[in-house]
This record gives sequence, structure tokens and C-alpha cells, in this order.
Amino acid sequence: MSSFRFDLLLILVFAIHFAPGLSDLVISKLDRRIDLTSQIVRMTLTLKVENTGTDPVSEVSLTFPEHQANNLALLVAVSTKGKGKSRGSATNLPIKIKQPNDSPPSLIWYAASLPKELGKGESLNMDVLVVFTHMLRPFPEKITQAESQLFLFQESAHFTSPYNVKVQSLTVKLPSENVESYTKLENTKFSGSEIKYGPYENLPALSYSPVIIHFPSNTPFAVAKELVREIEISHWGNVQVTEHYNLIHGGAQSTGEFSRLDFQARPHLRGASAFRNLIAMLPPRAHSIYYRDAIGNISTSNIYGDSSKTLLEIEPRYPMFGGWKTSFTIGYGLPLQDYLFQLGGTRFLNITFGSPMNDVLVENLTLKVVLPEGSRDISVSVPFPVKQSQETKFSHLDIAGRPTVVVEKINVVPEHNQYFQVHYKFSNLSLLTEPLMLICGFFSLFVACIIYMHADFTISKSSSSYLAKLQWDEVQGTIQQLQDIINRCLLIHDKLEASLRELSRNGDVQACKAVRKSADGLLKDFSKESKPLLAILQSSPQAAHILPKVEELMFNRHRWKQRGPLLFGHRNLLE
Amino acid sequence: MAVPVDNLTKPTPPSSTLRFAFGNVIAFFILLLIGVLAFSIRLFSVIKYESVIHEFDPYFNYRVTQFLTKNGIYDFWNWFDDRTWYPLGRVIGGTVYPGLTLTAGTIWEVLQSLNIPLSVETVCVFTAPVFSAFAAWATYLLTKEVKGTGAGLTAAVLLAMVPSYISRSVAGSYDNEAVAIFALIFTFYLYIKTLNTGSLFYATLNSIAYFYMVCSWGGYTFIINLIPMHVLLCIVTGRYSSRLYIAYAPLVVLGTLLAALVPVVGFNAVMTSEHFASFLVFIVIHVVALAYYIKGILSPKMFKVAATLVVSVGLVVCCAVVAILLAVVASSPTKGWSGRSLSLLDPTYASKYIPIIASVSEHQPPTWPSYFMDLNVLAFLVPAGIIACFAPLSDASSFVILYLVMSVYFSGVMVRLMLVLAPAACIMSGIALSEAFDVFTRSIKFYISNLSEFLQTDAGDTLPGNNVSPQNEVLKNEKKEDTLKERPSRKNKKKEKENIEKPSVKSKTEKRPLVLPVEASFFALFLTVLLGGFYVVHSVWAAAEAYSAPSIVLTSHSHDGLHVFDDFREAYAWLSHNTEVDDKVASWWDYGYQTTAMANRTVIVDNNTWNNTHIATVGTAMSSPEKAAWEIFNSLDVKYVLVVFGGLVGYPSDDINKFLWMVRIGGGVFPHIKEPDYLRDGQYRIDSQATPTMLNSLMYKLSYFRFVETDGGKGYDRVRRTEIGKKYFKLTHFEEVFTTHHWMVRIYKLKPQKNRIRGKTKKSKSKTSSTTPRSGTVKKNPWH
Repeated sequence: MSSFRFDLLLILVFAIHFAPGLSDLVISKLDRRIDLTSQIVRMTLTLKVENTGTDPVSEVSLTFPEHQANNLALLVAVSTKGKGKSRGSATNLPIKIKQPNDSPPSLIWYAASLPKELGKGESLNMDVLVVFTHMLRPFPEKITQAESQLFLFQESAHFTSPYNVKVQSLTVKLPSENVESYTKLENTKFSGSEIKYGPYENLPALSYSPVIIHFPSNTPFAVAKELVREIEISHWGNVQVTEHYNLIHGGAQSTGEFSRLDFQARPHLRGASAFRNLIAMLPPRAHSIYYRDAIGNISTSNIYGDSSKTLLEIEPRYPMFGGWKTSFTIGYGLPLQDYLFQLGGTRFLNITFGSPMNDVLVENLTLKVVLPEGSRDISVSVPFPVKQSQETKFSHLDIAGRPTVVVEKINVVPEHNQYFQVHYKFSNLSLLTEPLMLICGFFSLFVACIIYMHADFTISKSSSSYLAKLQWDEVQGTIQQLQDIINRCLLIHDKLEASLRELSRNGDVQACKAVRKSADGLLKDFSKESKPLLAILQSSPQAAHILPKVEELMFNRHRWKQRGPLLFGHRNLLE
Repeated sequence: MAVPVDNLTKPTPPSSTLRFAFGNVIAFFILLLIGVLAFSIRLFSVIKYESVIHEFDPYFNYRVTQFLTKNGIYDFWNWFDDRTWYPLGRVIGGTVYPGLTLTAGTIWEVLQSLNIPLSVETVCVFTAPVFSAFAAWATYLLTKEVKGTGAGLTAAVLLAMVPSYISRSVAGSYDNEAVAIFALIFTFYLYIKTLNTGSLFYATLNSIAYFYMVCSWGGYTFIINLIPMHVLLCIVTGRYSSRLYIAYAPLVVLGTLLAALVPVVGFNAVMTSEHFASFLVFIVIHVVALAYYIKGILSPKMFKVAATLVVSVGLVVCCAVVAILLAVVASSPTKGWSGRSLSLLDPTYASKYIPIIASVSEHQPPTWPSYFMDLNVLAFLVPAGIIACFAPLSDASSFVILYLVMSVYFSGVMVRLMLVLAPAACIMSGIALSEAFDVFTRSIKFYISNLSEFLQTDAGDTLPGNNVSPQNEVLKNEKKEDTLKERPSRKNKKKEKENIEKPSVKSKTEKRPLVLPVEASFFALFLTVLLGGFYVVHSVWAAAEAYSAPSIVLTSHSHDGLHVFDDFREAYAWLSHNTEVDDKVASWWDYGYQTTAMANRTVIVDNNTWNNTHIATVGTAMSSPEKAAWEIFNSLDVKYVLVVFGGLVGYPSDDINKFLWMVRIGGGVFPHIKEPDYLRDGQYRIDSQATPTMLNSLMYKLSYFRFVETDGGKGYDRVRRTEIGKKYFKLTHFEEVFTTHHWMVRIYKLKPQKNRIRGKTKKSKSKTSSTTPRSGTVKKNPWH
């Protein structure tokens, strides 16, 4: 804090001696509004620039002290023509850092180039949005469960502009009507939840007047230390988004006991600084939403959806007190046709950049867009500067891997949640590679099976085991034949029986006799046929342990045939 | 089941092969469906809850698998885990059965190489259902070897959904048993297969399957005792054959060599008495084999002489060997038996001598309802299966009977071993059901064919037909029987199967087959199907309701819908994100595995209860007053103490209910903890009648700290259904740092030691001594 003060003093010192000889621009009116209602500090500047000099000016410089510039997440300047209600179309001004050689230290210069040079005596309206992160310092830095968080915010009541400012004012919006303390300057007004400094008139360039506001704030200070968003395109109709969060409560550190009793009984008093849930605004038609962490599903979540959006309310496993950390993953699928478009020969993905959660500050965002295997000519267009690289990801049955675009950015705020595009070329035929591969795989597996079943892998045709196997096959064949014979015998018996029944009905003895005769002949044939087979079995050593059983079976059959009551009946009837 | 028998057409070879193929294809698809059934019935836990690892031990296995997949196999063997048993640590590679871990790790590796990005967790969750499908197939193979395809398929269906096995193999139940049951059945199958074929190829496979079983589960001792028993049985009943020798001798030699390769078994494979039976039988079978060989080369007379000689010499040698064996066994401290095995033989052993074993509910003997719960109708079908196995008795069916008898005994000792009984019961019931279906359908088929012929005869002349018909019926009966019996046997006669099929054919042709009256068989068929239906309903219910809860997430149905209690993970997540990486967390050993796996913090004791003293130290700390406990914990470098408390929501298995075991185990090592001090008149209570020792114990204080304020001064404990004894108290050495939403897990931090200020220590000492009367004496800390 002290060095920071020192810097400010330094600026002050310089401000006195430094005469900006850059240009003859004058800011005729400057309104600043600073919004402190969340952890992300947003400053909107509305200013009117006038060229009082003779040379036309093409750039307007905006300066911020170094400690602010380090935490600057976004700076957007828009110029508008005209005045008041009848303002013309707004144009975005490109901004770049342009440090003049004679700049005082700890001051960073941003130059916004104007669309049209500003001639002598002309004026221009500008709207500037500046978003800062980590600008609120908890004080005290450690609090207990029962205390609420207090923050310090430091600013200058005067905008440190390199130009002279005719009229300027500063309005600071606080999250509540309470304020612990604030610097009182002349023309300071505190009303409602707003503190107003100014208007101050005719201030020289780089004038500085420090203001410190100490105020309570219990809005969620959810900071994602690390967010990895993975967007995977499947041309089968799905865009899968997976987001891995590493979250911390970035407010005042919680210290001492945590009593669940107090938290449950008086959540607003004992646990005011904690936040329980976060709300993610997912696109409409998001499906298959999940919310989990390394050890499984987190059951405390809710989904509310309508046609314009899907709201996912997630609660971390435990209430987040200052300094507590957690990590989790959310994932969802999106219909492909809403995000992927075709333009000539190329396709492009058009999807939002940042986290879908409001009021979450992302310190390190890694965005990975996984394109389908076989994509080429990849290019990315993001509306703000980012770090880009490419890698390859291997997923389901990939051979060459999927080209993956990696985009990294630090300090991402909800304002960064803009659409960006990834252009690539992809042939529809590559869509079929994986199914074809599977088909080929299974086909070759079956072919291999068939070949294996039909091939003989015997190493030595004369080995004893091979011979034994051959013998065994022979025995099996013989037994099969024997079985056929037995079955046919049974068939004949059946016929005999049928003839017997005929006989009992119509008394046609002759027909029955004929049947009987043929049957006897057949049975004799069969027993003749079975003899060589039995001989084979007898000769084969492999069948040694089966033979007695087979013989017994055959014998039984014979005996039964002889004594079978059917035959008795037959015979009696015939005789 | 048998392929339907159509009319007695002449069965030409092509049609019969076609029918073969048809039957095989049907059997194949039935098996496929059984696999799908076995897999999908276990997915209730994923559908009703989520894809998550269950309970306690699976978390350890999961963590080991993660380590394996991350660091590779060599690091795994050499893994010294410093996250548990602080400060002792544990050599994981040498103390786990690596089968499950290696299996899941290999599956993951294969999937990765195919670029199928499944997480290790997913692979672990679904390992058990996949392996239960394998187990069902193995059951099919085993039963097919015993009683044919029909019985095999029935047994496989039954095993696919037997509740006892489901309880251990639902998706997420990533425990050793999940793969071990498959390995067990498959080993048995290969043993029977070897026994039936006498093929050395299968004998080798059998040893490898046995090796896999040894890798997977400590229950391998069941195999290495059961198979020798069966061999002995065969020898005693005169069933010795060269096939038996081939089935057994390679298994002992190769199996023991392979088993010794597993670090956790090592030389135990030859040194502990669990394995002695196998060596003894190994000797016996060689003696018998020698005897048979000599009998073959000698004349009967010579053989008699030789036998007398050998028996007399052999007896002397045997006595000597037995004496040496006894001496060796007696010289080892536990008589060569490990505690768990001893508790198998003497059910009261554990509760008498090892409270740590007795304190686990699954080591208790089962109650009768648990048999019905876990086996359901199988319990009634098993006797029928035994009878069916005796007709005729083959090597294979005698093995199954022996397996059943042994497993029934063991399941009576320890409820966990019900799992071993389940496959045996399924095989028996499969055989019984299949036989019953055979009889009933046969009777019905007989009746139908009879009926059609009656219709024919009735159309003609009724009078003479009446005369002949009774005779006819008997004839038909016999003939039909013949054909019916021939068909299935022919169908099964594929390869190398005559030896088991033939006897059955023979016996069936000799015996008069059973044919029931058609009404009775219809009715019985209906009842049997109904019985099967009950079984299915019960199994599905068991899978869906009883066994699918992952136990880390609890749910309750109330009038306003489903309520989820996810407190355990809440606490573990808090620990893992909001404490230092090297902080030590003390809790009762039940939560050790989960803490290391989910919170990734070092624990003092865990579910691998290898060091009784260490557990007793934690038990002592929990039973001691605050200051003494603080000293113990502080000396163990503990920073957080975790207790599980169910009093607010009525979660019964919390630490207060386990507290007596802590006292017992603690008191077993540190005698100043005495169980009677915590009991009032032999009763364990926490209400106003509780003893002061109980009310001052750390566990009581940590559980009930500020509990009284939740319900306005009553302090009503919903588990014990009473008001607590001591309502208002303060903690001096601990501070509450986290309590979960339903108060089920409470985490306390040890307060740092106070600075030594002369005046102040005196003051605080006098203050604490008033609340904790025993503090100040030095010997309270057993760790020093």
C-alpha cells in the first residue's frame, strides 16, 4: 500500500512539472461513473474532446496510473457524432498502448485512434468503458464468519488526463447505502448509495486528488483462478462444451471457526460474506447438462429453461467463505446447427468466448476448440488480443488426432463474453472414416475367426497327439453313425406299432405281415451295418473307455427288441 | 434346454448338423443375452445414483488404479504410500492383491491405445458388471461340464442375477470379489474340464486361472483347499484315474510357483498351513499313482506282497512326516493360520481375540433371513440339485456337491463368504431347474403326441382301440423316452464328451424314465415358472433397492420428494481444497480409504487394518478426555480430526455407534482405557445416565459440540432416540472448522499450543483440571 501511495505522490510531483506539449486537445466535459457493486470495477467515461490547436489530431490519449493499468481487463472507446439524443452511429476506436518518451513513470498511455482526424475547433463525443479487476482490497484482510467484508477503493477524484479538463465530475456507486468512510473533498456529496465528487472546473493536465472509499460489500467474489473451456465439434450434430473451474472466494480471508450452526441459523448475519450459489446462463437448447467434480456428481444444482436461455444454478459442495477454494466441471451439449455455419468452402464456428457465469472473474482462461479429425486451413478471429496456439487431441478412435485451437487470455470479465469465430475446412467424407474403420475391424475379426476355424495348425502330422486326435475324430464319427442306426431302428418300431394299430382296427393281417417282414429285414440290415462300426470302436484304443457303454447300449436295445411287448403283441396277433 | 423334438422323421446327417448349428446359435444368443442381463441388472446404481465408486475398499482400489495408470507397473510394485498410516506408511505394492487393479489398469490401457477416452473412474465403475457377465459365462461352462447345456444355461441365468453376487458387483463396487468370483468359477471350470478330458493343455490353463485368482483375492485358499479335498474324495471312492492326476498335479506345482510370484502371497504359498492340504494330497496322489502303476506291471499275487510291504513302510514314513509337519505348524505363533482363516474354523475366534476383525459387520455370522435375502428360491432348489447330481454321480458332479457343502459351511461362519456359496447354489439350482423342466416338458410332450394318436384312433373304431390303448401307452412311453433321451445326448456329443454323456444315457435307458400325469406336470411347470418369476422379481428388487446405494451418497424419500445427503463428499471436498496438502487427518479407520482417495490427505489409520497398535492409538485418543486426546493427536502430527455424526438426521452408522469398538480396541493395547468406564450398568448410553468418562470423551464432545442449539435446548439425538447427557460444553483444545450441511461429518482443527507464559499456564491448568479430571498425568499418551 505504501509504495502505491508513493507512486501516486510521484505522479503528483510530476504533474506539477509536466506540461503536456503533445497536442492542443482539451476535454471540455468529462463524466466518470465508477461502479463498485461487484468485484469487477467498471468505469464509464463520457467525454467531449475539442481541438483547440491548429494541427488536426488523429489520436486521443487516455492515461491510467500503473496500478490501474496492470489490472485493466478491458478498455473500449466509442466515438459518437452529434449531440444529446440525436447521436449518430457509434464507432469503435482501435486502441493501443503508446508510451511517449517524456511520460512520467507509473503512467500508462493508451491511444485511441480516431476514425477521422479532428480538425481545428472540431469536437468529438467519446464513451469509454474501462473494466478493472482486483481493484478492491479487503480491509481488514481477515475476517471471522460473523463479520462482513469491507473493501478499500482508491481513485483520484480528478481523471489523470494528459489534457486540460474544463469540467469534470466523478460518481461512485456503492453496493449498499452503507459506507465505512470516504475521503471528503470539496463538492462531495453522498446520497443513497452514490458518492459524487465534483464538478471540478478547469483542471490542468494530469491533476490528481486521491480518494479512498472504505465500504462493505457482500456480493460474491467468485474468482476462477483457472478456467479451461473445451468446445468439441462433432459433425454428427453436437457441440460439446466442457468447462473446468478452479474457483476461489477472492474476498476477505475467513479465519477462525466455521460454525455450521451459526451459518444455518442466521445465514445473513453469520455468513454474509459467503456465497452459496452461482448462476450460469447457458444458451437456449442446451442439453445433457452436468455438474460434477473429481469425486462425482454434485447434487445441488437446478435448471430453469425457456426458449431464450437456459439458467443453470449451481451450488458448490459447501458455502464459499473468503479464501475457500473449490473446483468443479460443468458440461453441456449444444445443437450443431445453431453454432456452425458454412460460408463458401469453409465452415466456421460462432460461439461465445468467456464463462457463462455472471460476476465470475476468470484469471486465466484457456479455451480449446477441438475440431473434427481432418479439418484444415484453420484460422481464429477473436475481437480482442489473445494468445493462440494449436495442438492435437486424440479422442474416440482417432488416428491422426483432432486439430485443436488453443486460445489463452488472462483477466477475462463478463464483457469479454463476445462471439468469436473459428474457420476451417472439412470434407464430409472424413465423417465416414470412423464407422468404416469399425466395420473393417469387425469384418477382419470375423474373417480371422473363420480362417482359424478352418485351418489346421498342427505342427507335426506324425506326432502322437495328432494321431490320437484323428482317431478320436474317427471314433466320434462311428458313434454318430451308430446313433443314426439306432434312430432308424426306432423309426421302424414306430411303423410296426402303427401297423399293429391298423391291424387292431381293420384286421388286415396280410398288410401287417408285410410290414413286419420288411421291418425284420431292415432291422437285420441295421444290425449288420452296426457290426463293422462296433468293430472299429473295438479296434480303436481311444474308444476303450466308451466301448463298454456303447456295447451295453446295443445289447440293451437288442434285448428290448426281443422282449418288447410290442413285438410280443405283434407276434401273438399274427399267429 | 433341449432342442424341441419334432416328429420322428428320419434324421439324416445334414439335418442333424443343421440342428446342431441351430442349437449352438440359440445357445450362443442366450449366453449373449445372459451377459447383457448380468451387466445391465447391475447398472441400477448408476441410473439411480451416479457413476461413482462405492463404499470404502473400492476407493482404495480406485486410488491404487489411478496410481498404476499414472505411474506405470514398476512404480506400482515399488509404491510406498506415505499418505496412510502416518508416520509408518504402507508398502502398497507388496500388500495388495493386484489382480483387480491390474485388470482395470489393463482395460484402461487398451482403451487408451484405441483412443477411447474413458476415465479411470469409469473403467473402475464398470469393471464389476463386466466381470459378472464373464462369471455368468464361466458358470455356464462349468455347469455344462457337469450336467449339459440346459443346466448350464439355467445356472448362468441364475448366477447373472443372484442377489448375493449383485451385492458385491454392482457398478461402482470396485472390489476384489468382483473379479475374484469370475476367477473362482473359471478355475473350477478348467479343473473339471481337465478332469473330463485329461488334457494337459487345460491343466496349464487351470494353473494360470488359479494364478489370476491368487492375484485377485485372498479367497484363493478356498480353491487350494477344495480341489485337494475333491481329489482325495475321488481317490477314496476309487475314482482315481490318470485324468485326475493330470488335473491335480500340474495345478499344485505350477499353481504354487505362480502364486509365489504375487508379492502379497510370496513364500506364504509354501509356508502357511492353508496350503498344506494341497501338498499332502499331492503326496497322496503320487503314492496312489505309483500303486496303480505297480499294479499294472505286477501280477496280482506279487502286487499283494508288494502292497503289504509298502503299506507297512509307508505308514512309518507317513507318521514321521506328519510329526514333522505338526512340529513345523506348532512352531509358528498362530499355528500357521492367519487370524481370518482361524475365524473360519472357529467362528468365535475373532470376537474372542481380535476385536478389529469382529468389529466389521461383514465378518459376523449371517442370520437366516440373510440366506433368503441373498439366495432367495435357490435355497430351496439346492437340495433338488444335489439329488440330481447324484443321479448319476460323476467326477464333475461330485466336485460340485463338495463345493456346495464346503461353501455352505463357510457362509455360515462369515456373512461375506455368502459370496462363495452363491455360484454353488446357482449351479445346483440350475441343475435342479433344468431337470425339472426336462421331466415336465417330457410328460407334456408325451401326452400331446399320445393325444393326437388317440384322436386318430377315435376317428376310426373306438372299441378295439380301448382294448389296446393301455398297453400302447406304456409302449409309447418307453419309445418316446428313448428318443427323447437320445436327442439331447446326441446334440451334446460334440467333442470329447462321451465320457460324461454316456453314463447318463445308459442310466436313463436302464431306468424307467419318470413321466408325470399331464395335469400335474402342467401345474408343476406353472409353479416352477412362478418360482423363477419370484426369483427374478426379488433379484431385480435387490439390485434396485437393497444393493445399489453407493453409501457415500444417501437418499431418503420424504413427503416432499427425494432428499439427497451428500455430506461425506462435501467434507472430503472441503478437506481437499481448503487444507494444506501435507496436513494429517485423524478419523476412525473406516474413513481412512475415503479420505486418502477423495480428500487426498494423509490419514493415521485406514481400512487396511494391518497395525492394531496404531488403530488402538486413535481409538484411545477418541476415548480420552480432550487434553489427553490433543496430546496424542499432536504427537502424531495430526492437524484435523474428522468425526461422523448422525444424530441430527438419524444416520445410524456413525461414530458414536462405533464408539465402543474404539474403546475396546484402544483398551486392548492401552489398559488405562477400560470398557466398563463407558458403560452404565453394562449399557451403552449417551443420555443423562451416561458415565462421566463417556461424557468427557473426545468422541462425545466432537460429536455433540453445540448440537443442543439446533433444537432449542433439548439436544435430541435421532439415532439413539434420546436427549444427550451433557448439553453445554466448550472445546478448549479443538476448534470446529467445518461441519457439513446435515452435520454428518464434522471436522475439527487442533488448536496450536499456547505460548508458555508463566502465570497463564498455571491458570489454564487449574481450569482444565476441573473439567478433565485425569489430565496432567503424563502416561496418558500411548504414542510416547
